[in-house]
Amino acid sequence: MNTPPLPRSARLRAADLIGVGLLGLRGRPMRAVLSALGIAIGIAAMVAVLGIGAASQARLLNRIASLGTNLLTVTPGQNLFGKNTPLPDAAVDMVGRIGPVLSASATGSVAGATVRRTDKIDPRETKGIEVLAGRLDLLPTLGGKLSAGAWLSPATGRYPAVVLGATAARLLGVDEPGRQVFIAGQWFTVLGILAPLDLTPEINTAALVGWDVATSRLGFDGHPTKIYTRAVTEAVGAVRDVLARTANPQDPSAVNVSRPSDALTAQLAAKNTFGSLLIGLGAVSLLVGGVGVANTMIISVLERRAEIGLRRALGARRRQILLQFLTEAVALSALGGLAGAALGVAATVVYAGAQGWPLVLPTTGIAAGVGSSIVIGAAAGLYPALRAGRLPPSEALSTG
Amino acid sequence: MTSSPPVIDLDRVTKEYPGGVCALRDVSLRIVPDELTAIVGPSGSGKSTMLQLMGTLDRPTRGTVRILGHDVAALDDRQLSAVRASWIGFVFQQCYLTAHLTAVQNVANGLFYHGLPRRARLREAAAALDRVGLGHRRDHRPAELSGGERQRVAIARALVARPAIVLADEPTGALDSRSGETVVQLLHELHRDGTTIAVITHDAGIARSFDRQVEILDGEISAAGSA
Repeated sequence: MNTPPLPRSARLRAADLIGVGLLGLRGRPMRAVLSALGIAIGIAAMVAVLGIGAASQARLLNRIASLGTNLLTVTPGQNLFGKNTPLPDAAVDMVGRIGPVLSASATGSVAGATVRRTDKIDPRETKGIEVLAGRLDLLPTLGGKLSAGAWLSPATGRYPAVVLGATAARLLGVDEPGRQVFIAGQWFTVLGILAPLDLTPEINTAALVGWDVATSRLGFDGHPTKIYTRAVTEAVGAVRDVLARTANPQDPSAVNVSRPSDALTAQLAAKNTFGSLLIGLGAVSLLVGGVGVANTMIISVLERRAEIGLRRALGARRRQILLQFLTEAVALSALGGLAGAALGVAATVVYAGAQGWPLVLPTTGIAAGVGSSIVIGAAAGLYPALRAGRLPPSEALSTG
Repeated sequence: MTSSPPVIDLDRVTKEYPGGVCALRDVSLRIVPDELTAIVGPSGSGKSTMLQLMGTLDRPTRGTVRILGHDVAALDDRQLSAVRASWIGFVFQQCYLTAHLTAVQNVANGLFYHGLPRRARLREAAAALDRVGLGHRRDHRPAELSGGERQRVAIARALVARPAIVLADEPTGALDSRSGETVVQLLHELHRDGTTIAVITHDAGIARSFDRQVEILDGEISAAGSA
């Protein structure tokens, strides 16, 4: 007898495999959308948290860069015996003579002085505004700007004139120069109002008067209580090391030196616990989404026994049926992942835009999100796909 | 001249299901090329089991099933799938058409596991639709076709791979008599063009119009017609 050779088994093309995987989803689009939703929500939450976090970090970095990290402050502290030790009068000039120091200035706290809008207001109501004697070179050293009026000059520094910090002006209800405020029993004319300062918030709540007028009219003792200095950026560390000894050579231990930008840098490094919580919720949602995909696939395999039987009759191998349902589960999950990533990016764009933050897309986060949705889809689809592949064709057809 | 083997050769085949139900007992049947065979019997007689064994969808408990000379018992899943893909075309009572695919796409599914590119599958499918007289319904979806037309689409899908045999399980079972008649006519035409066909039916009237009738009752062949 002339027996023909067995026909060759053909491989399924990749395009056909993807096509048949998507075909299953097209059959019940609403169900596909709903079961992909869980994955989408999880990925969206994660991408949005990462995106918004990255945008806020970028904003902080920009701020730090624009404020500069070369500002150092010196304040008097307690010596080894716990005694408050004022800074010497000459401290500012000494600091100014350190090589890499670009500028040095100071404020001095005027003890007991309060500022009020008028003499009718209770002296105890200070609103937290401090009266400070300010050196004329304070503003350039801080890198501060005026939002209105003028800074103290050698002339106005000798007369009862005051420049208000941004918050102080708002608290006093002063919105333009030329008005008078009542400081320690005397009327002072408002010369100018400062724009808000980020690195030195204590200036925002201060009323700054000239060094001379503070001494002559307000009983200021002339000791600086805070020295501000800008150094060459590369030498900030070196300057910092010698600052205490320079400011108070007799008692270096009674001097506190700090770098205001450290607070912002610490903020940058600080872990955002709220963000971690949201990422955790996103992960839970992903997991629930994965269970949803598995559930959908199991129902789908049960419902489509006849299709499985038909495909087996048309020549599908067990493995090809398995791959079809696995592809379908991965496609379902990946579609959810892509939709979620798009949603997360949209949320980031809207939020960063509303806050005026720079937009930074968390590309690693997006890739990880879509990648993990594919992994979840494969894991969720494995068991249903195995069941589909193992279904005997005779049984699949007889119940169809 | 070398003789070609029977397309399907059942040799003393028995099929028992778990629980001791014996669906087929010691059945022997040969179907040779170019035959048009009716396997006729009441429901529960074992004819569906017979179709599954002939179509390699199931394996016998005892006995041998040969397709074109190859013993099914010696073939693994991969080889059996290839046999079904290339040599056997199936037509079922329910047409099993995919609702959101057009007629030509449904027919092209008959070549899905052949390794042909999509374009070639669609070209072959269009030719098969022409053969069953539905070339003008190519882009219609199953819901837009009559019951008889749907079954003809399913027949085109069984033919598209040019199988050695078409196995039809109650192809007129879900149709009214007029649609059923057109389907039977089509099977006769295909047979005249050289297709080997085995039809399983409970309808003795349809069976009578075929060259050969095999009657099956309680899992045994009770009468085999001209062969």
